[in-house]
Amino acid sequence: MQRIGVFVCHCGSNIAATVDVKKVVEMAALEPGVVHAEDYQYMCSEAGQAKIAEAIHEKKLTGIVVCSCSPRMHEATFRKAAERAGINPYMVEIANIREHCSWIHKDMEEATKKAVILARAAIAKVNLNTPLQAGESLVTKRALVIGGGIAGIQTALDIADAGYEVDIVEKTPSIGGRMSQLDKTFPTLDCSACILTPKMVDAAAHEKITIYTYSEVDKVTGFVGDFTVDIRKKARSVDATKCTGCGVCQEKCPSKKSLSEFNRGLNTRSAIYTPFAQAIPNVPVIDRDACLKFKTGKCGLCEKVCQAGAIDYTQQDEIVTQKYGAIVVATGFDTIKLDKYDEYAYNQSKDVITSLELERIMNAAGPTKGHLERLSDGKAPKEMVFIQCVGSRCSDDRGKSYCSKICCMYTAKHAMLIRDKYPDVNVTVFYIDVRTPGKNFDEFYRRAVEEYGVNYIKGQVGKVAPLANGKLLVQASDLIDNKQIKKEADMVVLATAIEPDPSVRKIATMLTASIDTNNFLTEAHPKLRPVESPTAGVFLSGVCQGPKDIPETVAQAGAAAVKAIGLLAKDKLMTNPCTAKADELLCNGCSTCANVCPYGAITYEVKLINDHGIREERRVATVNNALCQGCGACTVACPSGAMDLQGFSNRQILAEVDAICR
Amino acid sequence: MQELINRAKELLANGTVARVLGWKKGDLSYNCEPAFFETAEDMENFVYDGFCGANLSKYMIEASKLEGKTLVCLKPCDSYSFVQLMKEHRVDREKAYIIGVACRGKLDIEKIKAQGIKGIESVEGAAWEDANDVLTVKTFYGDKTCNWSDAMLERCHVCKGKEHVIFDEQIGESRETKDADRFDRVAEIEAMSPEEKFAFFRSELSKCIRCNACRNVCPACSCRKCVFDSTKFDSAQKANTDSFEEKMFHIIRAFHVAGRCTDCGECSRVCPQGIPLHLFNRKFIKDINEFYGEYQAGADIDEKAPLTNFTFDDVEPGIVAERG
Repeated sequence: MQRIGVFVCHCGSNIAATVDVKKVVEMAALEPGVVHAEDYQYMCSEAGQAKIAEAIHEKKLTGIVVCSCSPRMHEATFRKAAERAGINPYMVEIANIREHCSWIHKDMEEATKKAVILARAAIAKVNLNTPLQAGESLVTKRALVIGGGIAGIQTALDIADAGYEVDIVEKTPSIGGRMSQLDKTFPTLDCSACILTPKMVDAAAHEKITIYTYSEVDKVTGFVGDFTVDIRKKARSVDATKCTGCGVCQEKCPSKKSLSEFNRGLNTRSAIYTPFAQAIPNVPVIDRDACLKFKTGKCGLCEKVCQAGAIDYTQQDEIVTQKYGAIVVATGFDTIKLDKYDEYAYNQSKDVITSLELERIMNAAGPTKGHLERLSDGKAPKEMVFIQCVGSRCSDDRGKSYCSKICCMYTAKHAMLIRDKYPDVNVTVFYIDVRTPGKNFDEFYRRAVEEYGVNYIKGQVGKVAPLANGKLLVQASDLIDNKQIKKEADMVVLATAIEPDPSVRKIATMLTASIDTNNFLTEAHPKLRPVESPTAGVFLSGVCQGPKDIPETVAQAGAAAVKAIGLLAKDKLMTNPCTAKADELLCNGCSTCANVCPYGAITYEVKLINDHGIREERRVATVNNALCQGCGACTVACPSGAMDLQGFSNRQILAEVDAICR
Repeated sequence: MQELINRAKELLANGTVARVLGWKKGDLSYNCEPAFFETAEDMENFVYDGFCGANLSKYMIEASKLEGKTLVCLKPCDSYSFVQLMKEHRVDREKAYIIGVACRGKLDIEKIKAQGIKGIESVEGAAWEDANDVLTVKTFYGDKTCNWSDAMLERCHVCKGKEHVIFDEQIGESRETKDADRFDRVAEIEAMSPEEKFAFFRSELSKCIRCNACRNVCPACSCRKCVFDSTKFDSAQKANTDSFEEKMFHIIRAFHVAGRCTDCGECSRVCPQGIPLHLFNRKFIKDINEFYGEYQAGADIDEKAPLTNFTFDDVEPGIVAERG
């Protein structure tokens, strides 16, 4: 029989204001095995921990139940306290009477009842706890960064500068990401490429950084400190070791009708292409769906003109398997599809464009060489309308509930740049609110209004209709003047909501990293651990975690790098002793557990088993403790109940359920 | 049947197999039971007729531990159970010589009794050789007749098909017997209100006498030690202490075989109380098919079972809550 001590925390008034802590103490003391129960204002404080140590010594406690906040807050604290006082840290259980009880209830009597029940469940579990010993695992001193945009590049540079090997995996043919598509950046208006390309070059030149472009993560196994990742290098059809990047192949390629991904489909590219002039690596890829050689077998022009002999039509996808200690996700974003927003006529008129498309139009290397013109007829616009919050802050299921955060600022930027370069163009912005928190942000917006004469109208646009004369009729309401507006425009720019790049779902699943309903990766703690995923060893960089602008992305990228470095700097990690274990006498050898194990931790061996005197060879499951992460999938899948999780055994869990249902 | 017996004797004689796993007549002529035969003389008791419903695959678990090969007679539906057991490493393919025996639907004496035929002494026309569709039932009160299809086991009306999914050789020609959809009854129950469902299962399951026949016959219930027999778990006591004890037993059992049940129908065939136990398993199969795509346990040795496999297309767990 255990000798259990129960410690009920007031958490100031956080718990004590809603739960009668004295009553919890009184009721807990009646439970089997409990030899000591007390309450204290702050159990996690030094004085509180001292009370636990004192009780362990005086009452010869073998198990501890702390009724306090979530175990995610202070389980480690109390385990350490118990260990210092001489008992095994895994003999400590937390009853969460704050997040699960006092914070969510108002009625004191009901909340107290529930707190007593939660305490009972924890006591029932501790009665069946056994001491466990943590093991050790080695840390692979190499990091993987998924995504080669500004977030991924910055994280990789910071980790590499600290002296660790980093691999960047980028799915497109070049690193650079969304930032490489932007023309100017707010609020300083410096040229995006001018500040990004030096970083791209730094990453490419860094001796500790390996870049895999046109590559994707295929498979992830392992765990913090020891991930094994398969990277699929898609067939480029160009030998990167031979290619000089001269570009002749792209000029001569006869298949030039594919839409340019980099220019958002506003113009075309050749079948063999580099996405943009400053691409890194400056090695083209052949788009096999568009290439005549692959489609018809005839052509082969690029091979003929390539002086370096770099074209290789036989190239196959290649799988690179590499071990990593840490993985940083930096998969970035895309703009949402506008199929559900027919009222803005995006699919009907070429002159209705997204802001990201406008970036390409404004860019000197873009489809119009930087001239602001209508894509329908090439004419210079005189009236431009910007519509804010297209798909952002949306209350129905057509768009996103969140604010995309960057649109107010880039629209002010666009308006200002257009008014600066083309003073004869009238610019009108329809907005719900203008949000400009950030250093020098509001000043920037005010300059657009006050110095550049941009016409801001508070109100949403109801409809954009293409007219017979080629113009666009914009119908909107002006909420301040309380009137309906009908306005003819030459171009309409939609500040389209951003969403996490769709590839993140698959990656999150492979990493067992959680994502929210909007596909943003979830942080381990929204305030205190914002760049860590709840999955150990996985870190978050950039917009994959939530909307943010470039300075925030770079700051977060650095933070994610520091967290990764902190992990890589360790030689060994303590492993969780709460791993699965098979009872060989009950094991059927059916392999169900091995099939469901996400970590490949279960293998089978044929062993001589002595089952109550019957000696026979049986196929039984064996768990590799270094690989097992204690997820418990095997314990529920096992048909015979042979698999059990140490520290969370079926009996312990059922004892808790029984205590709750009593 | 003679062809099967001759072939079995031949394989015994030439040493290919050490024993034959088949059926023999029980105390009542319409009661055939599984049996091992080790010699040609033993084979005199061998029988294969319309009453040989018993699925022999599960016996191969123990037979796999014996010296030499065992000749096992598997009907098309039994072969699914054998493959499922192979998948679970419970039977050894190398220890089995599988004769895929033809089937033209198996008979259920209860179905004959249900037609008001009493005092049955024997049923004629059930032998393999008898190709006619009318059975003659000898009773104390004279001869009665009955159509084969009216006397068939429920599972034969929803037959999985005439093909064996595994065999070394096949003997005989099977017959199509399917004339109903196996999920019809499940859909009817699904359409009931929660109160009606509860009342239905309560009335069915309260007939249970916990004889464990369903568990003992089930090829998916092949654990070395059943959780209900083990002192390591509290399940047995739980099932026993509840006033409505049977709900625990049968529902836990249905969960344990979910995704592995081939729908062989043995549980319902052997239930002395006539409880339609297969309905639980079929509900699981129907749900699995709807959520994860058509899946037949035991059909393919390499196919991954949906409940123990993960794909990116899997439904979100919330769907169960949404559907209610």
